[in-house]
Amino acid sequence: MLSQLIVSGLSFGSLYALVALAMVIIYKTSEVPNFGQGEMAMLSTFVAFTLLATHEYSFIVSFVGALLFAAALGVFLEFTFLRRAKDPNILSLILITLGFEMILYGLASWKWGADQRDFPFPVSDFDLINLGPAVMSYLNLATILITLVLMLMLFLFFRYTKVGIAMKATQQNAMAARINGIRTNRILSITWALSSMIGAVAGMLLAPIATLDPNLMLDPLLKGFASAVLGGMTSLVGAALGGYILGIIENLFGGYVSLEFKSIVAFGIIVLVLCFKPSGLFARHYVRKV
Amino acid sequence: MDMKRDYYEDIQLLDSKVLWFWFWMLMASLAAFPFMAPNYYIYMANYMAIHVIVTLGLNILVGYTGQISLGHAGFFAIGAYITVLSMTALHLPFLLALIVGALVSALFGFILGLPALRLEGPYLAIATLGFGMAITQVIGRWEIFGGRMGLQAPQITFGPYAVDSDRKMYFLIVTIAVLLVLAGRNLMKTRVGRAFIAIRDSDIAAETMGVNLVYYKTLAFAVSAFYAGIAGGLYAFMLGFINPTTFNFILSIYFLAFVIVGGLGSILGSIMGGIVMTWLLLELDKVQELPYLGQALIAFSEKWMNVAGLPNIASIIFGLIIILLVVFEPLGLYGFWIRTKIYWKTWPF
Repeated sequence: MLSQLIVSGLSFGSLYALVALAMVIIYKTSEVPNFGQGEMAMLSTFVAFTLLATHEYSFIVSFVGALLFAAALGVFLEFTFLRRAKDPNILSLILITLGFEMILYGLASWKWGADQRDFPFPVSDFDLINLGPAVMSYLNLATILITLVLMLMLFLFFRYTKVGIAMKATQQNAMAARINGIRTNRILSITWALSSMIGAVAGMLLAPIATLDPNLMLDPLLKGFASAVLGGMTSLVGAALGGYILGIIENLFGGYVSLEFKSIVAFGIIVLVLCFKPSGLFARHYVRKV
Repeated sequence: MDMKRDYYEDIQLLDSKVLWFWFWMLMASLAAFPFMAPNYYIYMANYMAIHVIVTLGLNILVGYTGQISLGHAGFFAIGAYITVLSMTALHLPFLLALIVGALVSALFGFILGLPALRLEGPYLAIATLGFGMAITQVIGRWEIFGGRMGLQAPQITFGPYAVDSDRKMYFLIVTIAVLLVLAGRNLMKTRVGRAFIAIRDSDIAAETMGVNLVYYKTLAFAVSAFYAGIAGGLYAFMLGFINPTTFNFILSIYFLAFVIVGGLGSILGSIMGGIVMTWLLLELDKVQELPYLGQALIAFSEKWMNVAGLPNIASIIFGLIIILLVVFEPLGLYGFWIRTKIYWKTWPF
């Protein structure tokens, strides 16, 4: 029972980790928690669904198509709206991302309505592999593997590519980065594209487990925030670990305490972490300048 | 003209005879309205009054105290459910039940205010977001709250009188709304209101000046939740039926949108925001019936989108309004009103 709960917790946890990573990447550069993250991922998932089911492209083509769409969407939102905010303070930035959330949610509900759809995924959720004391579906395994590969790619990207290093520089000190010849505005757009693509992957991996409707990402959005807060909003590794920890804790709570109230674990964790260690488990302490 | 000579002049509710005159004119027209307007408009006015109450409450928190909340649908839901439950299960009279509901909501506001002491900006937004979602889920799962099926609101009676039509509801709701707006205006002119504003401008400076942050921050949350609770209680009886899906995350953002549209940190703005946005919300709900535009939208939906999903256009338009206002007119309708007023006051110049 215990190992089974942990194994399935890991698979949910990797989805949370992806959402949390997508948020932290934006939070570090734009200094705003992106409340539109979930809906951006949801819309990209719908694009993948349309390519797959309506236009009957192969899965790979649809997947790549959705990623391209996600990147374009991220750049579009950043360029058209976020950059226009004059003299932005934190409240207005949050409001702008909430605006994205509503626009995208409205668009998706308008186009795809309230019908629930099944997202066809090439890996089955019903064939199981035996892992000694626990079983795992192929889909769960694929989720965990894809997430790990993606994280490795992100690590390499931030470590070895020019764009990745420029992104890190912009996150640390935008002014200094600018002086050193980095086009920080362009980097900001690329950050949004990257984050949106990571979110889209999470959405497409979640859709076959859940049902595909405009509410797909509302709950994972909160879980992603909880993971990011748990691991530390300023640390990529922390956010990823936070996702796994949250997935496992949540599953254990569901298994041993109460299945009904499983979904308030995320809120409880947010409040506890923020009360006792606001910087998160894995991030350096943050001091506010007066 | 606008000069205040002493403190007591400054804290008066309305500071000139002209304003008092217009105030009583407004009261008279509010009283006369239900006898002249058709039923649909009375329903709309009820809706507006309820939204004005929430908007004002949220504005006290966001606009005056500078603490963001994305979980006000949670307080709204608590108010609605506790009011209905204390009438059906405890058999309290309506007004008492309404106050009980609001007080329970205020208690939750106080509790949510505690972590807010250590949080700011993005973190607070996330915590309150989590609160709003948790409330909806708990209500949806718990049997006493009717689970997914929701609750039926009982009939309100005052002695022999039954409040059984929109017109009778109107007097109840609008009276409460007027009282709460006056109370809000009064609150902002007292020590408490000034403490809120000081916290918004800079909490550290306020603390240095002797403002008790623990007390006033939690108080701001409690007051704001109290308003939302009252509005929620009234809302339950206006609809006659509540279920958890009504109080979702989107509703919290709608409330925030009302505040932004009206204008942060302004009582008049809250009233304008609540009224204008409710009107827009109700109109957009039946957007396909609008002349010309409705036809065009239906044609567009048939070609590209989905006709059944057309009412969701409200969400898109609200989102756009929020973004455009934040970018171009951060003070909202109130800022627009002030500029128009100043323009005409000094007109030829």
